[in-house]
Amino acid sequence: MGPLLSVSELKKRYEVKKSLFSRDREIIRAVDSVSFDLKYGSTMGIVGESGSGKSTLARCILFLEKPDSGRVFFKDEDLMDVKKNELRSLRRDMQIIFQDPYSSLNPRKKVYETLSEPLLFHRIVGRDSVRERVIEILMDVGLNEDFIEKYPHEMSGGQRQRVAIGRALTTNPSLIVADEPVSSLDVSIQAQIVNLFLDIKEKTGISMLFVSHDLNIVRFISDDIMVMYKGMVVETGSKQEVFYNPLHPYTQMLIDSIKGDFFKKEVDYNTDISQGCPYFPRCSIRNDRCKKDTPVLIGDKDHKVLCFRYAN
Amino acid sequence: MHRVKIIKEFLKVKEITIKISGLHTEISTDSGTIKAVDDVGFHIEKGKVLGLIGESGSGKTMTAMSILRLVPPPGRITRGNIIFEGRDLLNLTKKEMESIRGNRIGMIFQEPMTALNPVIRIGEQIGETIAFHNNLSRSDIKQRVFELLRQVGFEDPEKRYIQYPHQLSGGQRQRVLIAIAISCNPSLLIADEPTTALDVATESQILYLLRQLISGQGMSMLFITHNLNIMRRFGDYVCIMYAGRILEVGSVEDFFSEPLHPYSRGLLDSIFAFKGDETRLKAIPGFVPKLSDLPEGCKFHPRCMYVMPICKKNEPEAKKIGEDRWVRCYLYQN
Repeated sequence: MGPLLSVSELKKRYEVKKSLFSRDREIIRAVDSVSFDLKYGSTMGIVGESGSGKSTLARCILFLEKPDSGRVFFKDEDLMDVKKNELRSLRRDMQIIFQDPYSSLNPRKKVYETLSEPLLFHRIVGRDSVRERVIEILMDVGLNEDFIEKYPHEMSGGQRQRVAIGRALTTNPSLIVADEPVSSLDVSIQAQIVNLFLDIKEKTGISMLFVSHDLNIVRFISDDIMVMYKGMVVETGSKQEVFYNPLHPYTQMLIDSIKGDFFKKEVDYNTDISQGCPYFPRCSIRNDRCKKDTPVLIGDKDHKVLCFRYAN
Repeated sequence: MHRVKIIKEFLKVKEITIKISGLHTEISTDSGTIKAVDDVGFHIEKGKVLGLIGESGSGKTMTAMSILRLVPPPGRITRGNIIFEGRDLLNLTKKEMESIRGNRIGMIFQEPMTALNPVIRIGEQIGETIAFHNNLSRSDIKQRVFELLRQVGFEDPEKRYIQYPHQLSGGQRQRVLIAIAISCNPSLLIADEPTTALDVATESQILYLLRQLISGQGMSMLFITHNLNIMRRFGDYVCIMYAGRILEVGSVEDFFSEPLHPYSRGLLDSIFAFKGDETRLKAIPGFVPKLSDLPEGCKFHPRCMYVMPICKKNEPEAKKIGEDRWVRCYLYQN
């Protein structure tokens, strides 16, 4: 059996004005030639700072945003070729959870409506057993029957996120894409939701793409980790490899930062990086070659890195 | 012998920059009075950083606003003392308070974009504060601004002086705000989540800069954050807030090696627990209570794994456990 999800050479660019009144346009490469496979039942953590393209990548994979080029195979079907109505039935099999459950839930719908709608729309259960199924889902996400009649504003952030997770589970998807699902929650609630994801994973064997800027959380939940910087994958591999044997200077910096080291070096944002390594302006081990040529991902299937230092 | 002892005692006397005691701030709403800050007290020594840590709605920002006397109505300070440089800030007139804000107490806020005026040049925004509090000539002010820009790590102050906020990155804007905050050599710096909007590397640089400024100028700092990880590397003292109350105070070494309050332990467990072999995070059950709907007794008891019958009825007092170490919990009352 092949992988559940296979992404190859995915690209997405945005053209933005350089300033409000300027005619000059600048091309932002939000996702730049990203390739990876996601095995059945495994979780891939995508890490990167704001603007690294991790959310755009997640949205492109679900075709919420149309990629400019590249291929996305989901269960061996090429999403680029799929027609719009076929995409709808595929969507049933791939669900997304957003960062802010307050804006992703309809404020005028009770929990019951939020959860029963996809069940009925995709004809997963009949009308007579909807209520039963809704209660089951609520139990699965650590809530209970009392929540059926509640509106989003009557719940706490953690409870709302549980409902959002429940809604994603209604269609029994094979893939869940979670885009910063715990970042907007309080620290003491984050751990609860992370545990909920782990419970669901164990129970259903679902595959997950877990997007986060928090390496600590990603480390706990993922089997594989992918580190993004300026739209490119700079390092990817198994959790063990990436975390305990980080190769790319950016990954090393991220790991140092959760261990508690400070950095003195000023980030030089103004350096032109239309060519060369995307990390060049901030890199501590750069040389002249990094400025001219763009490195490619090298390594084996357990661990790949985008850096000339490891090229022969 | 006796003399040596006296000298030792003398050396132990710490210079206290600010001392807050019994602070109460309430917000009156249609559905009753909310106690946003309830019996809060702590002090900060000269040259030290106190981290005020809490989740949303714990009252940490309201505490800072109370110190600055900027509590937005319908909130108001009802009781307490805030002794700063020998005076109780709560007894000062509006005019006197204005001469302290931005002058003796500097402020840094979370959002570096909204805190700066987008249509005024960087240099002028820094100069504005200096001109307000000092009687200096224009050229003196300009020189001081250059000096400040250099101090916060800009190598080309002349160029930065004439730039506008949108021409700077997030980290650079935060540096400008720091320059404004320290422009009048304050003895206390209040920073409310100053790095939350920044990425990891930039955050590190800003923290490094703040640390340098504190040790270099003997400033004290009240650092408000929800991030324990930052405090472990950056703070001297930690103060844990929950539902408007302080649950625990201690030095960073004491607190992180042996957190006392069950809530503190839960917080630390939920972020630092995993070493690789655990299958689940140790989460604190339940949810953060709303200030308008607080439980009886100890405010943490519905989520506490050590809850006793007394916790449900009465609220514990803050009890001194050791040197600079306080905890509000019945587990430590005897």
